[in-house]
Amino acid sequence: MSIDLETAAKVAKLARIRVDEDALPALAEEFNTILGFIEQLGEVDVDGVEPMTSVTPQRLKRREDVVTEGDQQDKILSNAPDAREGFFAVPKVVE
Amino acid sequence: MMTDLNRLTISDARDALRKGDVTSVELTEACLSAVEGAGALNAFVHDTPDLARAQAQAADARIAQGDAPAMCGIPLGIKDLFCTRGVPSQAASRILDGFKPEYESTVTQNLFDAGAVMLGKLNMDEFAMGSSNETSCYGNVVNPWRRGNDEAALTPGGSSGGSASAVAADLCLAATGTDTGGSIRQPAAFTGITGIKPTYGRCSRWGIVAFASSLDQAGPMTKTVRDSAIMLGAMCGHDPKDSTSADIPVPDFEAMLTGDIKGKVIGIPKEYRMDGMPDEIEKLWADGTAMLRDAGAEIRDISLPHTKYALPAYYVIAPAEASSNLARYDGVRYGHRAKLAQGDGITEMYEKTRAEGLGHEVQRRVMVGTYVLSAGFYDAYYNRARKVRTLIKRDFEEVFAAGIDAILTPATPSAAFGLGEMTDADPVQMYLNDVFTVTVNLAGLPGIAVPAGIDRQGLPLGLQLIGRPWDEGDLLNTAYALEQAAGFVAKPAKWW
Repeated sequence: MSIDLETAAKVAKLARIRVDEDALPALAEEFNTILGFIEQLGEVDVDGVEPMTSVTPQRLKRREDVVTEGDQQDKILSNAPDAREGFFAVPKVVE
Repeated sequence: MMTDLNRLTISDARDALRKGDVTSVELTEACLSAVEGAGALNAFVHDTPDLARAQAQAADARIAQGDAPAMCGIPLGIKDLFCTRGVPSQAASRILDGFKPEYESTVTQNLFDAGAVMLGKLNMDEFAMGSSNETSCYGNVVNPWRRGNDEAALTPGGSSGGSASAVAADLCLAATGTDTGGSIRQPAAFTGITGIKPTYGRCSRWGIVAFASSLDQAGPMTKTVRDSAIMLGAMCGHDPKDSTSADIPVPDFEAMLTGDIKGKVIGIPKEYRMDGMPDEIEKLWADGTAMLRDAGAEIRDISLPHTKYALPAYYVIAPAEASSNLARYDGVRYGHRAKLAQGDGITEMYEKTRAEGLGHEVQRRVMVGTYVLSAGFYDAYYNRARKVRTLIKRDFEEVFAAGIDAILTPATPSAAFGLGEMTDADPVQMYLNDVFTVTVNLAGLPGIAVPAGIDRQGLPLGLQLIGRPWDEGDLLNTAYALEQAAGFVAKPAKWW
């Protein structure tokens, strides 16, 4: 499996990271080095092996589905790059 | 009045505090002065002297009343990955520039509840991704150790490089670290200090900036094994805010340090004898084995057949989880937002913000993670890696079931290398630093790095002990026996 420029650009798009056109060849090469390393996993016989979901055999605890620490609008917005009238503000989303 | 208070261990400082020989204010001032004089190491990146002095005064009042916990009044450095209320916490990333949490991580809260003092935040690799502390937005951390008289700056390792450098240089009595693939143990080994990654679930992950949630664990980085036992006890415990936090009692780890390991069975895994391993590492490992044998342990050769596949599995699973965890850095709720051009919409905001805010290594890992999780590759890469992870864990379960109490390995494949030395290497070369440590994260086990020798260039080398799940007390005791036998007391000569 080899990553071409088109795939590298698609991955960058999916990851929502802007990558300049002229940086794509180096990026694709790095991906290929890493994926070449990962390819070794193909040698392992994994027939009948369950993929790990939890490294410690424990059942996740449950709790009541209720508000625990609500009513903190100011605190939640305090680090926002742009907050207005109690909301996070972003550029126009819908044309 | 005692001198060089910043050089004390936690246990000595605790005893001196309780006897009234020293105050936490004095300890804290000594550390603050040491931090101030150590700018060349670039270990501390956000100093909190006012907070430290207030905490020290409170600790002294508590000690005066008697019955203060062991960590009371102990000045610490805190890795920048921990969210600390009102104090910059940015995981050494530009994308969290200016972020001041409104809340406190559970681990730091536990330490503060025990009376510990925070001197400031410590440098690290960006989002804990790196093995040399060269991916930080604050710049490189420098190792206080040098190759003899050679002035070349060496890496303290990573990602907890600031923690390692600060403890080795006596800027603080101890520091917090986190470990996803070796980020406590590798820097501990590179700087001649002790660091333990506990069993997955021992320390709450709540309030620690997430890298790979199924692998991340916090732990102490200290000057001695005893200090690790004391500080780990204060850090861990059940936390309802982390669903993977274990609801089991925390024993008194320090009380378990008897140094008696007679009859313990120590496994030596043949797969950790790598091609091209430096003879000094080979010798250190053999010496450590002999020390444990002389202390009365039984040494047994063991096999962990899937070891070779641990790093490739890690480099699927960790980036996959990182790509998901780091999706939250979108320029909306906290941190950096890119300046937008006329007509830019929300997609441009995401893409420009993440391109500006995330460093090269982080971007690369997020994109590799995105790729291995994308349609068509999920089974071939991600699910296969999770199956291999099951096999790696099974390898350990089988040797523990056969009676092995702990496993001895080298901590790292080399001593500390020069900053910039790996710049031209491909990323996989850097990843190989974690070859001995990453299996432990994949299997969720406790692992500890103990300084055990000095190489020809005068640099410290560490050994790793791996223990049974939830048996940190027994592991620490074996490490204590190794520490006593190795008698490592060397310190870096002060040049900074």
